[in-house]
Amino acid sequence: MTPARLLVTASPHLGGADSTPTIMWSVVGSLVPVVAVATYYFGPSALLVIAAASAGGVLTETWFGPKGALRDGSAAITGILLGLTLPAGLPLWMAFVGGVFGIGFGKLVFGGLGQNIFNPALLGRAFLQSAFPVAMTTWPTAAPHWSDLRGDNLAIPLMSPEVVDAMTGATPLGLMKFEQIGTQVSALIMGSVGGSLGETSALVVLGCGAYLAARKHLNWRIPASIFATVAVLSGSLHLLDAARYPGAMFMLFSGGLMLGAIYMATDMVTSPVTNKGCWVFGFGIGFLVVVIRLWGGLAEGVMYGILLMNALVPFINRATQPRVFGTDTKQVVT
Amino acid sequence: MARASGAVQLAGGVHPPELKALTEAVQIRRMPFPDEIVLPLRQHAGKPAMVIVRKGNRVERGDKIAEADGFVSSPIHASASGTITDISLWPHPDGSYAEAVRIAVEPFSAQAARPRLVPDWRGLSPEQIIQAIQDAGVVGLGGAAFPTHVKLSPPKEKPIDTIVLNGCECEPYLTTDHRTMVEYPERVHLGLRIMMRCIGVTRAIVGIERNKPDAIAAITATVPGDLDVTVQPVTVKYPQGAEKMLIDTLLGRRVPSGKLPMDVGVIVQNVASVATIAEVFESGLPLIERIVTVTGRGVKNPANLIVPVGTKLRDLLNACGGVTEDAYEIVFGGPMMGTAQANLDVPLLKGTTGVVVLTEADCKSKDTHPCIRCGHCLDACPVFLNPQLLGRLAMVARYEEMEANHLMDCMLCGCCSFACPSNIPLSQLFALAKNALRTRQAA
Repeated sequence: MTPARLLVTASPHLGGADSTPTIMWSVVGSLVPVVAVATYYFGPSALLVIAAASAGGVLTETWFGPKGALRDGSAAITGILLGLTLPAGLPLWMAFVGGVFGIGFGKLVFGGLGQNIFNPALLGRAFLQSAFPVAMTTWPTAAPHWSDLRGDNLAIPLMSPEVVDAMTGATPLGLMKFEQIGTQVSALIMGSVGGSLGETSALVVLGCGAYLAARKHLNWRIPASIFATVAVLSGSLHLLDAARYPGAMFMLFSGGLMLGAIYMATDMVTSPVTNKGCWVFGFGIGFLVVVIRLWGGLAEGVMYGILLMNALVPFINRATQPRVFGTDTKQVVT
Repeated sequence: MARASGAVQLAGGVHPPELKALTEAVQIRRMPFPDEIVLPLRQHAGKPAMVIVRKGNRVERGDKIAEADGFVSSPIHASASGTITDISLWPHPDGSYAEAVRIAVEPFSAQAARPRLVPDWRGLSPEQIIQAIQDAGVVGLGGAAFPTHVKLSPPKEKPIDTIVLNGCECEPYLTTDHRTMVEYPERVHLGLRIMMRCIGVTRAIVGIERNKPDAIAAITATVPGDLDVTVQPVTVKYPQGAEKMLIDTLLGRRVPSGKLPMDVGVIVQNVASVATIAEVFESGLPLIERIVTVTGRGVKNPANLIVPVGTKLRDLLNACGGVTEDAYEIVFGGPMMGTAQANLDVPLLKGTTGVVVLTEADCKSKDTHPCIRCGHCLDACPVFLNPQLLGRLAMVARYEEMEANHLMDCMLCGCCSFACPSNIPLSQLFALAKNALRTRQAA
């Protein structure tokens, strides 16, 4: 028998297993345990803040993005990741605005998926940090009941949030920096400390990262390079002056380093395309994190470390082009 | 990357599904002669052959019907006895039309070739052997169909020290070389011996991917005791069988950009091609038939067939029980580099390694997404180009800048397209760019 119609396409006629949407949705899937841990520690507030940030991002993508862009899952990642960088007690409208800004100004103004320079989730957080500095640094610790809200999540937009009774405290990095109080590394690993929603359990984030790296949905060289740089640099400083500088384990497991190194720095769009470039990129982030945390005015340096290195990605790409087979020359990037 | 033994594989490359199980254990058999043979005059690298028969002429199987036009060209012979019905344009597997000789095959013929004198190659000088190979129209059977006699005549200033025999067959689905090595290992070694004598080299290495243990065993067991022939299993990875990749893997020599294997003292030949050299001196028949893998989930009885050159695709598929209801795309060659066919009347050429009938489920998705700069294409490129950058330039037709970024080193293996999660047709864009540049430079 003769086929009625034949497809004629250019080679190759087979495709690989992964598509951009499967990569994106697998990243979303891998965030489920991280969100679960955040909910365990911060109660319904965690889910509300993450939902509000995601809604801001997803709705902006729907309204202003290209048609059907939601299906690729990238807006959902931005929203959830932004939510995970926020404190549990943040008013929901602020989280929503952060999502709108992240997707709108972090991604769509550049031309949508694949075109942006900065990580959209971190850009959203940077915006919130400068717009609402007090709300963004109010860190709830515990509540009498798991189901209690951890702050004035339901504050009316543009009004000052009510001061609620929830207990607040400083993050381990803040304690270290401003009050010279250390925190047990075991508490950091398990997550029973104050901080942003996704800053709590370093161990869970690390596990999810290992899963993504095994599926080749993130380039393991970036987190490896960040961890190595932070460990070596802060470890050496600790040896020089143990009273002034915290140890390498504290630096690795505190704050947003795990979340940032595994989920933010590895954003494919805003990280280098070459493997050699990924090592350089990771080194730069690790270096900046240590410098900002130890000598800067802020307690935490992961966000600005990544954003600054994002800006350098075109230069890193240019400097780390592969050497073409059978030549002495690299490509001339134009 | 020098490795005489030890771990043997190429950097870059991809792991497509192998899909060889359909035919790797199927014994080679001969297909019945079709009713009509169509022989395009352009079926080898170099200049097309010049026709020497006329409409109405009767030809016997093995008679020459077209003469080589110059040194880099190859003669063509009738693959069946019959009458020339027409010499005109005919659909060509590359998608165009080409001048072709049509032969109405004699029904009920025994298809015996004219009795011919078979010279004993041992009594011939290298020049005479090469002449006999040229007269028999032998070309490389691995796909590119480069005339073998040209490959056997390297210029004096480029000494050759090693022959690399390519038994990788890294394209998914295809088992032509695999079955040749399993069923005719002595023929492979005889062809290799003749080649070594022509070029005057004493060393040969056979590279075979590890997914063909029976071929490795058969070729190893039949290595002649008086020749320095090493059989080297190599890691299964596409495109391990690309000649520059294979030379790097086996010998640790990198062919410089824009140069040929002979510039590093190597000649690469595919196992099916050397088996054909042996056949020419065994039977005296020119290259008029070849082994073709007909496979894929879209064909009813996948097989490895001895097919007369010039058999039409339709007749070949019928010899394999026809296609299934869901046959969707028919590819000449392997699925990574092969050409999709739009017309069932296209003939099989000397260089057609296989016919793969894909179903819709086998074909890659048609959805594309924006580039997310994941860098998977850079990891996949076996010649270390930056397909992400080249693709961006191709989209806006900045071909000269692509050339400055080594576009011409691209061999269109398709690894970048295969690896791209956004399904951007990178290798297609590069093929377009290369053609555009060639046209501009010719103008």
